[in-house]
Amino acid sequence: MISSSLIPCGQYKTSYAADTTIFLTPASRNWCILGIILAACAPLVLSNYLLALLIQIGYYGIAALGLNILVGSTGQISLGHAAFFGFGAFASAWLNNTFGVPVLLSIPLAGVMTTLLGLLFGIPAGRLKGLYLAIATFASQFILEDFFSRANWFTGGSSGAMANPVSLFGYELNGDKSFFYVVLAWLVVMFIIGTNLLRTRDGRAFVAVRDHYLSAEVMGINLTKYRILSFGISSFYAGIGGALYGHYLGFVSAEGFTILLSIQFLGMIIIGGMGSVMGTLMGTVFMVLLPEATEGAVSAIKHVTGDIPALTSALAYIKEATIGLAIVLFLIFEPDGLVHRWRLIKSYWKLYPFSY
Amino acid sequence: MSVENTPVLEVRDVSLGFGGVRALSEVSFEVKRGELFSIIGPNGAGKTSMLNCISGRYKPTSGRVYLDGRDVTGLTPNIRATLGMGRTFQNLALFGHMSVLDNIMVGRHHLLNNNALTGGLYWLSGARKEELSHRRKVEDIIDFLEIAHIRKAVAGTLPYGLRKRVELARAMAVEPKIILLDEPMAGMNLEEKEDMARYIVDLNEEWGMTVVMIEHDMGVVMDISQRVMVLEFGRKIAEGLPAEVMENERVKVAYLGIDDDEPAEAGSAA
Ligand SMILES: Nc1ncnc2c1ncn2[C@@H]1O[C@H](COP(=O)(O)OP(=O)(O)OP(=O)(O)O)[C@@H](O)[C@H]1O
Ligand SMILES: [Mg+2]
Repeated sequence: MISSSLIPCGQYKTSYAADTTIFLTPASRNWCILGIILAACAPLVLSNYLLALLIQIGYYGIAALGLNILVGSTGQISLGHAAFFGFGAFASAWLNNTFGVPVLLSIPLAGVMTTLLGLLFGIPAGRLKGLYLAIATFASQFILEDFFSRANWFTGGSSGAMANPVSLFGYELNGDKSFFYVVLAWLVVMFIIGTNLLRTRDGRAFVAVRDHYLSAEVMGINLTKYRILSFGISSFYAGIGGALYGHYLGFVSAEGFTILLSIQFLGMIIIGGMGSVMGTLMGTVFMVLLPEATEGAVSAIKHVTGDIPALTSALAYIKEATIGLAIVLFLIFEPDGLVHRWRLIKSYWKLYPFSY
Repeated sequence: MSVENTPVLEVRDVSLGFGGVRALSEVSFEVKRGELFSIIGPNGAGKTSMLNCISGRYKPTSGRVYLDGRDVTGLTPNIRATLGMGRTFQNLALFGHMSVLDNIMVGRHHLLNNNALTGGLYWLSGARKEELSHRRKVEDIIDFLEIAHIRKAVAGTLPYGLRKRVELARAMAVEPKIILLDEPMAGMNLEEKEDMARYIVDLNEEWGMTVVMIEHDMGVVMDISQRVMVLEFGRKIAEGLPAEVMENERVKVAYLGIDDDEPAEAGSAA
């Protein structure tokens, strides 16, 4: 269900400028700033395990936002997002290893290279819709996977590529604590850019193409151009996310970028909320924490029943199965994603105790 | 190029076929600057097909379309929009998940310069300033059509009559040289129809907009149009002042279903 108005009641704007702020209410802006400040303090208090999860949320969240712009906002489908994520990881490592480009610079350059690749793959995809597009992007996943395993000069072939840690003024930022800030900075910047994009000309054009392409066309929007552009932008986000992933792990190998990860990216945006920037983050958090929670549940069961070898050996499958199950359950029961549920809860408390 | 007396729109010998069906057969007409021109005809006469040939959704099998003296026959709809064509659809065609304001802002697409990069950088690139500067024009349109109260509403949740009005607003935001309206009053109640007729007349007279309108309600058509063209089975059977067209024998027979023997009831329809 679509809510009938985008602004809560009791909000009045007296100038066009006040009407164009990112946040609908000052409170939601303050909450967001508070969230960033809290996140910035995280390395001081959190264990390395939790910090590693937050870093994962960071680089996957960036890539997922790109996919949400493509799938949620423009209405195209992609089953190959993981391959572009992987390309970004390899590209940044390659730029750094081969040309000595500093990592802080090779990350955005890898984003640009992935954008160009995305535009290239977007050319045929921009002319396709529905099932045909799904198959075409499925093919791009496998074409790129094959490329990763063959292009020794670029990826190190089957043995993979080393990726150096970030260094600043010759000083290596090693360890999770400092890398966390690199990821956090990228996450904040990429999410602000994404939000801005979606409230300006080209972002509106994406949504117009999704909602009613015939009308979009008579409004002067070149459908093919915007479908291809959306692929390019989504690839940029995938490339940045992938590059961060590579330099975080220190090692890039094609095995990390299979169709399974592409499905997980789709899961993040379905669970979070199609076309929603904040929903993307919620979905990513959910998707990163779910396998951890599954593992916790399994070990809790084992704690009660004693060790069951079958359960231990099946853990990897159980994790995958819960991901699939979560996606299916959300599609059935909460197709608008967590962000929709969040809005309902918020409006409930806003009107409390007169919620009905 | 836009000399005062070149017609804003010229359709020359346009034919359109779908397999065996001849939707249009060698239709020609001109629309002058500032005119309110109506196309009428029975269901399936080819009115929407004509509009689609003008806006570029369909390519005519033969014949040409000129906008402001320029041959646009081979151009895509989005290019025709940037050259100055706006249109609404017979069936609702809003961007359902966007706010009313954003729907109308999409109409500004070809007038805005910011892009994915500058839009993303918003404050740094001047995109914010540009977006705000276009709000003035959009708010004028919103005021004119009296939709200020639903400015932030999600378009897909609005009642039918309001959606039609938002669609008109969106087409106006394109700032076209000519605006094509496909049954802007279909499915409306009397009050909504009167409102819409008034908006169209004001749009034509006060805003100086050239309008081509398809409409079934003969009363409205005869009241507000300056000239009328009648289509039947894809052919033009009459064109002229409303009164002339009403008196045309072929129109009476073909469109109004009135036989020569029966007393003419044209007066009551007008
Ligand atoms: N895309 C299409 N494919 C095949 N036939 C079509 C197509 N579009 C229109 N036609 C046919 O062309 C003829 C004219 O249709 P059109 O929609 O232009 O009529 P209309 O005058 O707008 O009718 P109405 O008053 O019902 O809107 C009809 O016979 C219709 O079936
Ligand atoms: Mg029609």
